[in-house]
Amino acid sequence: MDIRVQSAPFDFGAEAGAFATGHDNAGAVVTFAGIVRDDTGSLQRMVIEHYPGMTERALEKIAREATGRWDLKDCLIIHRHGDLAVGEMIMMVATAARHRKAAFEAAEYLMDFLKSRAPFWKKEITGSGTGWVASKDEDEAALGRWSKE
Amino acid sequence: MVEILYFAWVRERIGLPREQVETNAATVADLVEELRAREERYAAAFADLSALRVALDQDLADFDASLDGVREVAFFPPMTGG
Repeated sequence: MDIRVQSAPFDFGAEAGAFATGHDNAGAVVTFAGIVRDDTGSLQRMVIEHYPGMTERALEKIAREATGRWDLKDCLIIHRHGDLAVGEMIMMVATAARHRKAAFEAAEYLMDFLKSRAPFWKKEITGSGTGWVASKDEDEAALGRWSKE
Repeated sequence: MVEILYFAWVRERIGLPREQVETNAATVADLVEELRAREERYAAAFADLSALRVALDQDLADFDASLDGVREVAFFPPMTGG
């Protein structure tokens, strides 16, 4: 389990490559990257604020849950904060499991909880002003499918 | 004495990232009432609690949670990670 919260960029290819090797008991690796997207053509940059201390705690909790639930052989979360340009990578997750279903599901679980349970806040800087990105009801609703019966 | 932290637009509206507050508030909701009564900028930030989240000593909590033994209270909007 490797959790990194950093302002510096990361090399997705190198991280994914390193993660995908060295797990002899894992037959499946899934990776996901989140990228700064410009929907309107006016986004200049994104600023991500976080809560140092709580961020790491929250990510560790989410990663521990996923590891236990899907018997992950390993999992990686890298999430950036600070100033990001359009097209830059914000974050990535990687999961390693014996089979693909567990690796895919665990990656989705990590993403669903990262969205609304990890203390990050995105602010968009556009040509006409700045604004905090609002949370989406669907992101909160997405957590419901993971509640155990 | 508790340390109060503000993030994102809550921090901007109040104009501070953190402050130490002397309080006898029993719950988060009581603390919010004290803060609201201070100044207009606090009243504005805490106008709609459904738009806010709270963490006690870095764990998410409810507004009716007790502040007994709590050292750090953080107020922020719903998170937008990922």
